[in-house]
Amino acid sequence: MKSRIDARFAALKAQDRAAFIAYVMAGDPNRATALEILKGLPGAGADLIELGFPFSDPMAEGPPIQKAAQRALKDGMTLKGVLDLAAEFRQGDDTTPLILMGYLNPLVTWGFEAFAQAASAAGIDGLIVVDCPPEEADPLADALDAADISLIRLATPTTDDKRLPVVLRRTSGFVYYVSVTGVTGAKEADAEAVRPAVARIRAASGLPVAVGFGIRTPERAGAIAMVADAAVVGSVLVDEVAHALERNEDVTAKVLSKVQSLAKAVRLARTPSLPA
Amino acid sequence: MNAPTHPPAPPATPNDFAAYPDANGRFGQFGGRYVAETLMPLVLDLEAAYLASREDVAFQAELNGLLTHYVGRPSPLYFAERLTDHFGGAKIYFKREDLNHTGAHKINNCIGQILLARKMGKTRIIAETGAGQHGVATATVCARFGLPCVVYMGAVDVARQRPNVFRMNLLGAEVTPVTSGASTLKDAMNEALRDWVTNVEDTYYLIGSAAGPHPYPMMVRDFQAIMGREIREQILEAEGRLPDAVVACVGGGSNAIGTFHPFLNDESVRIIGVEAAGDGMGTDRHAAAINGGRPGVLHGNKTYLLQDAEGQITEAHSISAGLDYPGIGPEHSWLHDVGRAQYLTATDLEALDAFKLCAELEGIIPALESAHAIARLPDIARDVGKGGVVVMNLSGRGDKDVATVADHLGRTI
Repeated sequence: MKSRIDARFAALKAQDRAAFIAYVMAGDPNRATALEILKGLPGAGADLIELGFPFSDPMAEGPPIQKAAQRALKDGMTLKGVLDLAAEFRQGDDTTPLILMGYLNPLVTWGFEAFAQAASAAGIDGLIVVDCPPEEADPLADALDAADISLIRLATPTTDDKRLPVVLRRTSGFVYYVSVTGVTGAKEADAEAVRPAVARIRAASGLPVAVGFGIRTPERAGAIAMVADAAVVGSVLVDEVAHALERNEDVTAKVLSKVQSLAKAVRLARTPSLPA
Repeated sequence: MNAPTHPPAPPATPNDFAAYPDANGRFGQFGGRYVAETLMPLVLDLEAAYLASREDVAFQAELNGLLTHYVGRPSPLYFAERLTDHFGGAKIYFKREDLNHTGAHKINNCIGQILLARKMGKTRIIAETGAGQHGVATATVCARFGLPCVVYMGAVDVARQRPNVFRMNLLGAEVTPVTSGASTLKDAMNEALRDWVTNVEDTYYLIGSAAGPHPYPMMVRDFQAIMGREIREQILEAEGRLPDAVVACVGGGSNAIGTFHPFLNDESVRIIGVEAAGDGMGTDRHAAAINGGRPGVLHGNKTYLLQDAEGQITEAHSISAGLDYPGIGPEHSWLHDVGRAQYLTATDLEALDAFKLCAELEGIIPALESAHAIARLPDIARDVGKGGVVVMNLSGRGDKDVATVADHLGRTI
């Protein structure tokens, strides 16, 4: 059976457009709202979903996602709770790829094999673990292989030609290019600087390349969609949660509205605009 | 060719402790390099540069010269006669790291790493600090070598260690208070890692403990092992034999591993670490990763950690800011698991009593960190017995702690 990730990228390629990947934190600001947001994402234009699972010490995140994780933990979210959320989403959507993103220790705590089986049963398609470089990944990769879950790898501006094959070993689904050196949501990605890196990774892996870590506006998302196979946006969306909470606004509506504008920019990026 | 169907099981106890870590930075199951991909090329470069420096005669000569003339090494091995009489057991010796420049063992490692940073062409230094001792030592070597220095320090620690913050400022360092998480040492380390991942070209991360991703646990241990090597020479001269036990307090564990490492292959020497038990091991307010935690992954290494049932890291608690960390260096986790070292605990109150006792009987005000090791000496001295010899690392001086201690004694100064 073709994986949901492969099927989605193949379909988008046929339409000659990039994917929009929305990152949200599971359980942020609470379970019910997070589920509502999750269910609304495909309709708002998310082609794939990255679902963050919260960790107390997220060392590669900037303040927005750090705070999102704290809100989720404070509301009692657990890794098992994240899979329950995913399973509930899957009941109404069997095609949108769902990728978990987080840190290793909660997975160590659960046990890789048992976690991978539970994640597969919940309808998870891929996993990104920020603090698990390829040198440390074999035990996790074994467990994920057995459960048909893709281990999505990160390539970065510090990944040179010598290291790239190491990074791409045992990867499937797509490759995540971290477009800036830094934490999430801090610096802005430059599409022209990203272009050669994406081409290099695509050629070496034969896989679609998603770009993230520095995309904050529809304009930037559109520019990235011209050069990459997918644009990932996270910090801006969790910031939207924070702002809506502060202003006592409808969290779900604010987040999904933001997703709509970003997704639209990605969807139309490669469509030639009509002469004025 | 017939391959054996069952490969021989590895020995339960490794026979050469000096051979660790392995090429992947592992001490048994512990250690490793659990960092974001952006940092992987940097830690691999650092490892290569460090291994080259070990063979570099000029590097070693400069290091030794600075340790002698700037730090003041060798530090004395002092026979604590009155405490020995007081406890009534084995002879107690103190390794006097409190007499080093900057008042603690931390400087040994900082001198080594600053030379390495310079050799690697790095032009900006970052560090994390809890009590401020490592921050002061880092700021000191940065001043000495003319490099800009940013020290991340939890906002809570900034408030409770003001004199050290001012010291770092005097030395030209910028102290950045960290308000994420619980605003203590682990959060300062997160923030330093975030800085490093952002400034990959010019920045050297000078970690103060024998923890973090490989090669830090090995490198910090090696720079600190000068203490254990000196103890070995000094005790042979004083007593004509090796000690029966070596003792040190353990937070991240740099003073302990530097003391222990040169003795690991000496079966007759008992190796004893003392973790901070805070309010007591029966409470959830302590900092004893081995006695009260379980293995997990944080800050680049697999090691014993304080964590909840879900794998979220929990806050450590200790009267001593230097021990107030939810993890421990990976080599300690391994030494515990293979049974080579024993890890005891001491509570805040026991450390305070030991602090006073040492001041009154020996005329030495110890760091609250070191006072945790002193607190277990009566039992160890009795256990080893009269005629035996125990060496304890007095890892730092207690001037920085007088306000904390006064506070606990209900005194205003």
